[in-house]
Amino acid sequence: MSLTLKVWRQKNKDSEGSLETYALEGISPDMSFLEMFDVLNEQLIHENKEPIAFDHDCREGICGSCSMHINGRPHGPLTGVATCQLHMRSFSDGDTIVVEPWRAVAFPVMKDLVVDRSSFDRIISAGGFVSVNTGNARDANSLPVPKENADEAFMAAACIGCGACVAACKNASAMLFTSAKISQLALLPQGQAERKLRAEKMVAQMDSEGFGACTNTGACSAECPKEISMENIARMNREYLGAKLTSSRV
Amino acid sequence: MSWLTQTLSSSIGKKLIMALTGLFLCTFLIVHMIGNLQLFKSDEGLAFNTYTVFMTTNPFIKTISYGLYAFILIHAFDGLYLAYINQKARAKKYAKVNNQSTWASRNMGILGTVLLVYLVVHMGDFWYEYKFGHLPFKEYTIDLSEGTIIDTRQMPDGFMLNSKIEERLSDDNKSKTVIVKDLYQEAESSFANPLLVLFYILGMAAVSFHLVHGFRSAWQTLGANHPKYNPLFNFLGVWLFAIIIPIAFAAMPVYFFLKQL
Ligand code: SF4
Ligand code: FES
Repeated sequence: MSLTLKVWRQKNKDSEGSLETYALEGISPDMSFLEMFDVLNEQLIHENKEPIAFDHDCREGICGSCSMHINGRPHGPLTGVATCQLHMRSFSDGDTIVVEPWRAVAFPVMKDLVVDRSSFDRIISAGGFVSVNTGNARDANSLPVPKENADEAFMAAACIGCGACVAACKNASAMLFTSAKISQLALLPQGQAERKLRAEKMVAQMDSEGFGACTNTGACSAECPKEISMENIARMNREYLGAKLTSSRV
Repeated sequence: MSWLTQTLSSSIGKKLIMALTGLFLCTFLIVHMIGNLQLFKSDEGLAFNTYTVFMTTNPFIKTISYGLYAFILIHAFDGLYLAYINQKARAKKYAKVNNQSTWASRNMGILGTVLLVYLVVHMGDFWYEYKFGHLPFKEYTIDLSEGTIIDTRQMPDGFMLNSKIEERLSDDNKSKTVIVKDLYQEAESSFANPLLVLFYILGMAAVSFHLVHGFRSAWQTLGANHPKYNPLFNFLGVWLFAIIIPIAFAAMPVYFFLKQL
């Protein structure tokens, strides 16, 4: 395949940046999107040019680090797929592909396609955990969890923290991510002790990071590689408002 | 900051205010539409004019309407503020976007602004005219045994009453006369203007798009996203709020316009 790539190049956090055009030849349709980028970077290195910086780690759709806004959509044209799991057969010979970093004030661009997603880490640090000493694994039957709750919690826990929801949202809102993290613990017995505090603190942290407020467009869920449902946002709203109304903190 | 102001100024709190005021405005639309259906009666406006007196004098309804004005303003300002925060959250825009959401859901701010302009014009046309303008009075003579209108008369210019309505029984108790402020006539003369009719139709199109997303969205914000109730929310959002109500309202100016052709 021959392709034209328009890739966002930006030297560092403070520089302006612009779209640069690259021509690529001999790309196999079986390559993954990131392998195609590897080829492009080899080519740039041979030409004594700076290779394109992009985030990636597992390349199997579980770490959430690959973050590319491809032809106007986070993680490209497929649904339920992260950039690393996207293959060149999803494109046609001769295509022009525009690749940009996630755009959000809370995700500043560090270099080229790499953005700083530590705002997500700070949301998790605010309450996305269970502070118990786990000790020995206890007998599974001593802590009954209804099957539906287990399934729902599992679906929420599938969130890989990639940030595509923020990237897709016209408001750069982090509510799908935050709600998935609040939900997975709110649904399980282990999460009950800190349930209210968690909702209050994680939402407060989310707001302070400069993410927008959800307008329920559903773009997040449509672009999420793990197809996290908007039901989680509704649950987060219930958790948060319920906690605010009933918690002992004034 | 107290817990309450903290809650209401959080992102979810601001959305909560949008949802609650929005749903209140939705219920108002239902009442407003049902009441205004009386415009279609061929009684030269008697039912509508009497209903208008009731709506503007009943203390309970008056209290609710002050709440309504406040809610409209809160909904508008909270919405504009949210729109401002939301567009600030993405300073640098994408070179290319391929949206996977509906047009209406992405343009609630613009649709809302159109509705605000519409409301100002609409209130100026009717609410202001009714309250502060010099609307003519009309006299209806009604046969009491048949319940039919036997005579109507436009009161002369400058005719005034101490109240908006006056009813009098005839001496033989067979008929009664009702003198009432004629808002019906005001609607009739306003909607002779095709441009105003068009403006109203566009306003109702904005209502339709605003509510096809807004009604469902309000419930989602309130945390109500549940397989048992979602079909109801979707059904009401689409059929009642995005189709029946806007069409019924748009039919009113069109009806008056066609009637006078
Ligand atoms: S909710 Fe989906 S899109 Fe958002 S961070 Fe999690 S996996 Fe990524
Ligand atoms: S590189 Fe890990 S999810 Fe794509």
